Amino acid sequence: MSDFVLRQGLLVDGRGTRVGDLLVVDGVIADVAATIDAPVGAHEIDATNCWVGPGFVDLHAHLREPGREASETVHSGALAAAVGGYSAIVAMPNTEPALDNVALVSYVLERGARSAIDVMVAGAISQDRGGEKLAPMGEMAALGVRLFTDDGTGVQDPSLMRRALTYAKPLGVRLAQHCEDELLAGGGSMNEGALSGRLGLVGRPALAEELMVLRDIELVRLTGGAVHFMHLSTARSIELVVAARVEGLPVSCEVAPHHFTLDESACSDFDPLFKVHPPLRTSSDVTALREALVTGAVDAVATDHAPHAPELKDLPFDEAPPGMLGLEHAASLTYEAMGAASCDPTQFFNLLSRAPARIAQLRPGDLRVCHGGHGGALAVGDDANLVIFDPDQRWSASRDSMLSRSTNTPYDGREMLGRVRTTFAKGSLVVNQGSLV
Amino acid sequence: MNSIRGGNLLSLDGLSSEAIVEVLDTAESFVEVNQRAIKKVPALKGRVVASLFFEESTRTRLSFETAAKRLSADVLSLAVASSSVKKGESLRDTIATIDALGIDAVVMRHQSSGAALQVSRYVPHVHVINAGDGLHQHPTQGLLDVFTVRQVLAERHATSGLESGGELIAGLHVLIVGDIRHSRVARSDIAAYVALGAQVCVAAPGTLLPDDVASWPVSVATDFEEALEWADVVALLRLQRERGSGSFVPSLGEFTVTYGLTLERAQRLRPTTLIMHPGPMNRGVEIDSRVADLPAALMARQVTNGVPIRMAVLYLTVSGSPRASGL
Repeated sequence: MSDFVLRQGLLVDGRGTRVGDLLVVDGVIADVAATIDAPVGAHEIDATNCWVGPGFVDLHAHLREPGREASETVHSGALAAAVGGYSAIVAMPNTEPALDNVALVSYVLERGARSAIDVMVAGAISQDRGGEKLAPMGEMAALGVRLFTDDGTGVQDPSLMRRALTYAKPLGVRLAQHCEDELLAGGGSMNEGALSGRLGLVGRPALAEELMVLRDIELVRLTGGAVHFMHLSTARSIELVVAARVEGLPVSCEVAPHHFTLDESACSDFDPLFKVHPPLRTSSDVTALREALVTGAVDAVATDHAPHAPELKDLPFDEAPPGMLGLEHAASLTYEAMGAASCDPTQFFNLLSRAPARIAQLRPGDLRVCHGGHGGALAVGDDANLVIFDPDQRWSASRDSMLSRSTNTPYDGREMLGRVRTTFAKGSLVVNQGSLV
Repeated sequence: MNSIRGGNLLSLDGLSSEAIVEVLDTAESFVEVNQRAIKKVPALKGRVVASLFFEESTRTRLSFETAAKRLSADVLSLAVASSSVKKGESLRDTIATIDALGIDAVVMRHQSSGAALQVSRYVPHVHVINAGDGLHQHPTQGLLDVFTVRQVLAERHATSGLESGGELIAGLHVLIVGDIRHSRVARSDIAAYVALGAQVCVAAPGTLLPDDVASWPVSVATDFEEALEWADVVALLRLQRERGSGSFVPSLGEFTVTYGLTLERAQRLRPTTLIMHPGPMNRGVEIDSRVADLPAALMARQVTNGVPIRMAVLYLTVSGSPRASGL
């Protein structure tokens, strides 16, 4: 393993920022200081005017393996993530078949162990994500699974959700919920409002999300189990979670880049690239989500990276599957949404690295594939899971130059500000100068 | 003026009054063609029009194909009455296959809102005419409805549609009744009437109004009986049972009692009021069978006018020429 010295970056360690050098020896952070005398043979990486912090952690990636390997695999998803600055990602269980037992979880973990970055797994809450019977959460938890979700849909039945929370609590695991009441949202394909009415598309009302957030907050209060609210998309949802957090309830939440960069007007031309669940909302929701990033009202940014093969997005809007790519653009979009020049680097890393690592309970030794230092404080002795982010670099997104197996990005051609330059994952240099090593 | 000349007809939403009047005026010249012994002009000779119906339809399809044939176009008729997903083929591939046969225009009906617009992106060199997409738009129905009203009023005023332009429609009181929420006809009708300056009012149970009706350029009737007295045109809509509207009202019987055009209600209409329905009718549900057969009911004329309107739309989009005179 080569040694590296990262020169004169702005070190963002969670307590503050300072300009300095960081030395990586044998895949471990060996020294952090204002200036370091590099050992002979160490590779120099210039980080001047860049931010150096813990690698990003994504709580919400659809890696499509097993079942839809034409759209994405653990391997390709991990490469896309690495280019996006991620050193760890959590694979969602809505594969075919669903990740609802130890054998399937182990299969994905083994694939992850051979990929560029750490890949953790969220297990299903219910068998086959059917929303009827609990999946063997205890067995999966014993393997190291710390998040459970039926993502794609939420757990609709309140009594099953209550039981799942009661069952999960003593296991020390967290349930992650896709909040949409399907009885209210079912059949809809975009945000319900004036635009959906004009376009003749059945709407998915904000209420469908907010009612489930409200329901689950009350179930958390009743059971004491912990819930992580995934990809919240409305101003009201954030308000509800903030109020619950103030009460001291064990809740956390994430928002996805598409929900704070795009609004429902993107659906005006019936382009299925912009179809996603929960749907793109109003411009005032977008504004509220952006504010929540800055104030810390939301805990984390998560991508909801959802690859789909091209033929699935060449369908009519209401027939096309929901979801869009996210891993390769999330950091730049977050930086821009947080005000670019006025973006606080500590909060930026809180959203993209520290909070997600805490929510996913990424700790060394939890799983044989999990390295240390995720969401860490750049401490000597941590595994090198690091990112160098250049806040000044301008670039344009292109679907032709992506690492994902799919191309369903809504950002093709968009001018971006701020770019991941370097990623260390599992102690190794994986991405440098924006490209795979 | 955003004319449809040389382009597509995907929606009436946003189309200017001039562009609409251009279609109506062009259709006037085709009315005469349809009254000739030999109902055919060579306007689109050698052009190929594909009719692609993903959703079942009898009258619209027949009307379009008749229109294309009377313009001497060759018609490729393909029934694909199943969703593209069920067929295992993407919409893009289906249209690419048809396009590969060599076509100038595609007349398309699809159960998904926006499908015609999507197709126009896939084959930008083909003229796309929307024959109904989901709950979104049914532009030629909207055009033939305003055309029919203009025609009847022109006869009453002993003038011609051509001379009147859009004036006969301006200020008219149009009441649209029934399943507005699920109706592409309502969306196209409203766009056409409002563009030409009519006042549009809608009447329906709350559940059959769109959720965002407050943002529509229409008023909502608070008293159906008063609205009927107000109306110069009563446009009924079919209850879209196949789109689940049955569950939006307690029963069809209750809908008939509250919003059906019963014989009693029809008898209280002003004698000049016109009754319209895009068909197919659910006799006994939104309209009493006897009302459907009254002289004020224009359903047969709507069907007849469908042909010259669709001839005009095909002619303007495909040939790109402004006028059909001298044919």
